[in-house]
Amino acid sequence: MWKTRITALLVLLLGIGLGFFVYQSEISYRNLAPEAKATGMAKFPFKLGLDLSGGTHLVYKADVSQVASADLKNSMDALRDVIERRVNVFGVSEPIVQVQNGGFSNQGEERLIVDLPGVTDVSRAVEMIGQTPMLDFRTENPNKDQTQEATVGADGVIKLNMNPQYILTDLTGRYLDKAILDFDQTTGEPMVSLQFDEEGSLLFEKITKENIGKSVAIFLDGQPISIPTVNEAITGGKAQISGNFTPEEARLLVGRLNSGALPVPISLISTQTIGPSLGAQATSNGVKAAIIGFLAIALFLIIWYRLPGVIATVALSMYVLIMLSIFKLVPVTLTAAGIAGFIISIGIAVDANVLIFERIKEELRKGNDSILDSIHHGFKRAWLSVRDSNISSIITALILFWFGTSLIKGFALVFLIGVIVSMVSAISITRLFLYTLNIKKKNKLTGFLFGSGFSNASTQVIK
Amino acid sequence: MFIIKHKKVFVIISAILVCLSIGAIVFSGLKLGIDFKGGSLTEVEYTTIRPEQVMIEETIRSLSLGEMVIQPMGTMGYSIKTKQINETERASLMSALGSDATEKSFTSIGPSVGAELIRKSLISFILVSLGIIFWIAFSFRKVSKPVSSWKYGLIAIITLIHDIMIPVGAFAVLSSIYGTEIDTLFVVAILTVLGLSVSDTIVVFDRIRENIRVGHYKTFEETVGKSLEQVYTRSIATSSTVIIALLALVFFGPSSTKVFAMMLTAGMFFGTYSSIFLASPLLVFFKNLQKK
Repeated sequence: MWKTRITALLVLLLGIGLGFFVYQSEISYRNLAPEAKATGMAKFPFKLGLDLSGGTHLVYKADVSQVASADLKNSMDALRDVIERRVNVFGVSEPIVQVQNGGFSNQGEERLIVDLPGVTDVSRAVEMIGQTPMLDFRTENPNKDQTQEATVGADGVIKLNMNPQYILTDLTGRYLDKAILDFDQTTGEPMVSLQFDEEGSLLFEKITKENIGKSVAIFLDGQPISIPTVNEAITGGKAQISGNFTPEEARLLVGRLNSGALPVPISLISTQTIGPSLGAQATSNGVKAAIIGFLAIALFLIIWYRLPGVIATVALSMYVLIMLSIFKLVPVTLTAAGIAGFIISIGIAVDANVLIFERIKEELRKGNDSILDSIHHGFKRAWLSVRDSNISSIITALILFWFGTSLIKGFALVFLIGVIVSMVSAISITRLFLYTLNIKKKNKLTGFLFGSGFSNASTQVIK
Repeated sequence: MFIIKHKKVFVIISAILVCLSIGAIVFSGLKLGIDFKGGSLTEVEYTTIRPEQVMIEETIRSLSLGEMVIQPMGTMGYSIKTKQINETERASLMSALGSDATEKSFTSIGPSVGAELIRKSLISFILVSLGIIFWIAFSFRKVSKPVSSWKYGLIAIITLIHDIMIPVGAFAVLSSIYGTEIDTLFVVAILTVLGLSVSDTIVVFDRIRENIRVGHYKTFEETVGKSLEQVYTRSIATSSTVIIALLALVFFGPSSTKVFAMMLTAGMFFGTYSSIFLASPLLVFFKNLQKK
């Protein structure tokens, strides 16, 4: 008996701990200074989907008709990297850039999805993202020995502006046929082999001839990605860039060069912008509905099921705290539909408890067992019902997860987690607390306490 | 027993409701929103004075954006539906609407995305239905008498169709009055109702199965009738809690999920209704048909 009581106490303490965690992490996050880095609890705020935080959701179609299927993944990954870098220039907090591969559900289209929370200047975002990656080759600026400008950034890092050091040449990604990952014959070091087309080869020859002993910088999107030194004039348009690459760096460079060389044109096929005020309103309404729903259910439980109802409410509170903590830790992105799913799952969490109570009531009515035994049998018989009835919900949630856009995935995930956690919490926590009570006597009072609705558990229903 | 004794009445009531719903759907039609058709939806709000709708229509017409549907939103806003417009068109639309207008939200969906959504919706629907049929047939496989297990699955499907038809019918009525359109959340609501209403039906069947096994009652009718009596409080209590939660959403929740929550409430309600008043009577009917 004591083991049960101590376990129950520990569970209660866990609940309080979780409650504190949920509360404190939100507070710490809100109190963060704008540029400060999040530490400790502040690292776990609720992650809000676009329809709650406000922001922009863009879907691009990548024109991969020019890309060989072997290069497909690399090209899309490289495209994703480039776009992500561009997006980061905006200083958007937690942008999401994802590749959605062509497949059965997509009609074979390769897509790029860009989520920009908090960004409402859609035109500018679309403008910058819309450009195809730009690759160009630059030579040393003869005036490079001028004094350079160094700026100190807000985080104390000194930034050196490299760009005036190099001037543009005519050679751009247009002329690059292909870039391949290669390995040096003797040293086995990874290298990047470049192949220019005819015009490019001539240009390249000219540039290298004029810059022997100097460096030629390769710029992608206005940032230098590689600055090799020219050893000799190169004809035939084939060049190798070597110099301390790890295989990973070399692979990345090849991908980037190829995406600059064969720009994968992207076209915008879908946009969604939600203003921040709309988002904030949705959030506050969602929270309000959740609280009201919870209180209404708790009231119903206590009035209808009396003592077990009180226990169920405690178990329900634990359920809510566990769910909220899971949302913070995974993290699960909450959307408006997700909050709806959460509220529904609170209702379903009660379902398992109700099943159990009704069974317990029946066992009590049969009259022969002690209360403890009735509880025990009630749980055993009810478990099968609980399991069977929740599996259909789980099937639905899984299929919804596959079907949905990110906004729907939010709902499906919350729903799925909700159903599973509700089963677990009803079976373990409610049972634990009921046992803890250790009520042995069966009299009118316990009959009332364990009864429900308008009847008592001690009266035998004559059929 | 009351329910089984009057099983004809209840089945007829359900049948009438379904027919009415089908009628509503055919008559009012279901409008597809831009999620499925493609197009653009711009929601704007004015801060000081909201111009007349006619003026807005003229302004937009001058931009030659093609067909449009404008609806007032609240007291200070409009929702403007057009064909899909790109960034430059959107910018010119916003400037034409005046500096007093703020854009609350903007959605633009290409036709291919819309068509894909339709496909995905149908596939999901079929998958969920199949998943549920198989699950029921599997879980009731051992109960072959007096009614074979696949018949339980069949009845579940019939009740599912009933559970979905009526809310959709109600939606069609709503659609003809308020112009509400089908969006992705509508599909999600239907799929969720499928899952939830089946779980309720399963609880009833579960009890029937157990009583058959125990063999306590003499006839099949009595078994089913008594089973119903034993579970109906539980069924109603369970659905009530979910419906309470959903009503909180409908009345207090975000506006984007209002229709979603309403659909789910209706679905949940009829799901419970059908588990008690439709599924079991049908079960008895099927068994009686077998004898002949």
